[in-house]
Amino acid sequence: MAVLITLVLLAAVIAVVSAPLLRRGTPEGTLPEDGAGDAVEVETPRHADLSAAREAKYREIRDAELDYKTGKLSQADYEAIDATLRAEALEILDQLEALEALSTRVSSAG
Amino acid sequence: MAQLGAACLVLALAVCAYGIGASLYGVRKGRPEFSESGRRSVYALAGILTVAFAVLEVAFLRNDFSFNTVADTSSLTTPTFYKAAAVWSSQEGSLLLWAWLLSLWSSLVLFLTRKRLRDVSAYATAILLGFGAFFISLMVFYATPFATTNPAPADGVGLDPLLRHPSMMIHPPMLYSGYTLCIVPLAFGMGALLARKVDADWIRAIRRFALAAWLFLGIGIMLGARWSYAELGWGGYWGWDAVENASLMPWLTGTAFLHSLMIQEKRGMLKVWNVSLVLATGTLAIMGTFLVRSGVLSSIHAFGGATLGVPFVTLIGVLILCSIYLVSSRRDMLRSEHRLDSLLSRESIFLANNLVLVGLCFVIFWGTYFPLISEALTGHESSVGPPWFDRYTVPLALVLVLLSGIGPVIAWRRATLSNARRNFVIPLAFGAITLVALLATGVSAGKPLAIAMFCCAAFVFGSISQEYWRGVRVRRASSGEPAPLALMALVKRNRRRYGGYIVHIGMAVLFVGVAASSSFQHASELSLSPGQSTKVGAYTVRYVHPTATITSKEDAAHTGSTLSLGAVLDVTKGGHHVATLRPSEGFYDSGDPTQGSVGHLIGGQAVSHVSMDAGVTRDVWSAIAPDIDTPRLKRVIEIGNKTIPFVRPDEGTIAVAVMAREYMKSPPPAQFHLIVSPLVMWIWIGGLIVFGGGLIAMWPAPSAVRSRVSVRARNRAARDLARA
Repeated sequence: MAVLITLVLLAAVIAVVSAPLLRRGTPEGTLPEDGAGDAVEVETPRHADLSAAREAKYREIRDAELDYKTGKLSQADYEAIDATLRAEALEILDQLEALEALSTRVSSAG
Repeated sequence: MAQLGAACLVLALAVCAYGIGASLYGVRKGRPEFSESGRRSVYALAGILTVAFAVLEVAFLRNDFSFNTVADTSSLTTPTFYKAAAVWSSQEGSLLLWAWLLSLWSSLVLFLTRKRLRDVSAYATAILLGFGAFFISLMVFYATPFATTNPAPADGVGLDPLLRHPSMMIHPPMLYSGYTLCIVPLAFGMGALLARKVDADWIRAIRRFALAAWLFLGIGIMLGARWSYAELGWGGYWGWDAVENASLMPWLTGTAFLHSLMIQEKRGMLKVWNVSLVLATGTLAIMGTFLVRSGVLSSIHAFGGATLGVPFVTLIGVLILCSIYLVSSRRDMLRSEHRLDSLLSRESIFLANNLVLVGLCFVIFWGTYFPLISEALTGHESSVGPPWFDRYTVPLALVLVLLSGIGPVIAWRRATLSNARRNFVIPLAFGAITLVALLATGVSAGKPLAIAMFCCAAFVFGSISQEYWRGVRVRRASSGEPAPLALMALVKRNRRRYGGYIVHIGMAVLFVGVAASSSFQHASELSLSPGQSTKVGAYTVRYVHPTATITSKEDAAHTGSTLSLGAVLDVTKGGHHVATLRPSEGFYDSGDPTQGSVGHLIGGQAVSHVSMDAGVTRDVWSAIAPDIDTPRLKRVIEIGNKTIPFVRPDEGTIAVAVMAREYMKSPPPAQFHLIVSPLVMWIWIGGLIVFGGGLIAMWPAPSAVRSRVSVRARNRAARDLARA
C-alpha cells in the first residue's frame, strides 16, 4: 500500500513539475508568440510591476490628500507634494502605455 | 505507513534539489519554463510534506507506538486533544511542522507573485527550496520522524505534562508560521539583490507576507505568554527567558521593517536598511528555531536535544556571510533616490522608531546570548536576569509608545511647525490630564516609570482618537454619510493607515497592562493548613479544604494526570465573597520501572494547574505545591511497590487511591503562591486589538480585489484621475 501511494505521489510530482517544460508555447506571464488573443489583456511581469507601482502612487496621492484635509499639511506643501506625486504617476502611466503599445506591435507582427 | 513517510522525505529532498537547480538554470539562462518548473517544485513539495505530516498525525491519533516519536511523546492515557498536538512536541515532529509550513507559505507567495518579479522570484524560489532542503535533510539524516521499533511497545511515555495546555495546540503552529513567514521576505530580499532589482517592487510583493509573519509571530508570542501565566506556576507572563526573547527579536526587527518599507515604497529611501532588516529578521527567525530545538541555552520553553547544534550554527553562519556579501556588493544600486525633506516628517519619526526597535532587539540579543558570549570570552558561563533587561528595555519601550502617538499626527515628506503644534494639543492634553489624575489620586506614588507609561499611553489614545475623529469629519463632509458609516468607509478605504493606528492603540493598551501588573502586584508565597488564611493586597485568601482525584479520566484539569492534589480557596475582600479558587498539582506516570509498580504512576513531572479569578481591574491568581513526601504517604507507596506486581496497573491505581484518601484524611500544610495583579487582562485585550488592527492592515484593498477590466481602459481612466 505504502509503495503504491509513493508511486502515485511520484507520478503526480513529475506531472506537476515537468508540465512547463512539456507545454507548447510560452509559460505563464510571458507574451504569446502566436499572437492569439488580445495582447493588452496579457500581464507580463514588467506590466504587473508597473501596475503595482501605479497603485502605490495612487495610494500616495490619496494619503497626501487625507493628510491635507486632516490638517497635517499646509496648503502650499500639499500643492507642491500633490504636483510631484501626479507627475510621478504620469511617468508610470507613460511606461505602462509604452509597454502595451509594444506588446500590441509584437502580437500584430506575430 | 512509516515507510510512506520516510519515502515522502526522500522524495521531498529530491524535489528541493531539482527545484533549486531548475530555478537557477531558468533565471541564469533566460529560460522561464525552467523557472516555472522550479516554482511548481515548491507546490509539489507542499503536497509531499502534507502527506508526510498526515502520516505522522494519524500515527499519533491511532496510538501507533511502533513510531519512536509517538512512543516518546504520547501514550494511551494522553487525552486525544493533546495527542493531536503531540506531533510538534517532539524534535522530529517540530522539524516536519517547520518544513511543512514553509512549503505552504512558499507556495502561497510564489502563486501570488507568479506573474510578477520573474527574476527575483526565481532566485527566491531557489532560496526557499534551500531552506526546505535544510530542514528535510535534518529529518533524513539526523532526526527522522518515521523511525520505528519492532516490536512496538505496548504504551508510550506520554506527552510532557507542561505541554498539556490548550494554547499548546496553537502556540507552536503560530510561532512556526511566524518563523517560516519571516523566511519569505528574506528569500525575496536576497532574490532582489541577486537579480540586481532592488527598487520597491519586491517590497510591494512581500509586504503582506511580512505583515503576516509579524501577525503570526505576535500571536505565537502572546499565546506563549498566556501559557506561561496560566500553566507554569510562577505567576508571570514574561520572564526574559532565552526562548521567549528569541521569538521577540524577529518580531521587533519585523515591526521596524513594516514601518521603514513604507519609506522605500514612497520615497525610494532606506534600501540598505530595509534589505538588512529582512535579512536580519529571517536570520533571527532561524536562530529562534535553533534555540528552541538545540537546548544550547537553558530555557523552560526549550524542548529539543543537542544534536542539531552544528547544522544550525552552520546555516546561521552561511546566512550572515551571504547577507553581508550581498548587501556590500550591491551597495551602489542600494543608494537612496531621495533625501529627507524635513526632520519634522513622518519619515523622521519612522526612522526614530526603527532605531528604538533595533536598539531593543540589540539589548535583548546581548542579554540572551550573554551566557554564550561570557563563556567564549572568560570560560565561565554567567547570565543576566530580568532586572538587567528591565533597566534597558523599559526606557526604550516608553520612547516607542510615545513615538507611536507622534507618528500619526505628522505628515509625510514635510510638516509645518504650526500644523504640528495644533495637532499635538489634544494628545498632550490627554497625557497631562492623566498625569494630574494619577498625582491627585496618589495611586501611582513612587512608581515614576509606571506613571510615565500611563501618560504616554494616554498621549497615544489622544493622538489616534483625534486622527479617527478628523478622518470621519473629512469623510462626512465629502459624502454626507452618518458617522458610523463614514468611519467604516474611512477604514475600508485606508486599511493600512487606520489598521496601523488600531495596532498602535492595542500596543498602548498592552503596555498599560504590563506597567500596572508589574508595578502594583501583590504576591505571597507561604505554607497554609486547611482553615488558615492570609492577606494578599486587599484580599483575604482562606484555605478551605484539600481536594484529590485519581486516574487520568477523573483529572479535573483534563491533562491525564494519575493523581491530582489541590485545594479549595475562598477569596474575600472587606468580608465579602469574591471568588472560589481551585488550584491543583497533577502527578503523572513516569514510565520509569525503577520507581516501583506504584511509584512510577505518580513519579513523573509534577505540574501545577493554576486557578485564577480574572477581571478587567485585577486578577487573583493561585498555585499550589502539595507535599506528598510525608512519612504516611511514602509508606503507602513503599507497601504498594512491594506487594503489587507491574502487570496489575489497576491495583497500582488502588494504591494511589489509598494515598489520596490518606492525604484528604490528614492533609499536610501545602505551599501556596498567591498573586493579585491589576489590569493583567488588558495585556490580552491589547494583544487582541493589535491583531485586529494587523488583520485590517493586511486585508486586500478594494482596488486589489476588484474584477479585472481591460488594462488599457483602466490606464486611460487612471490617467484622467491623475490629471484631475
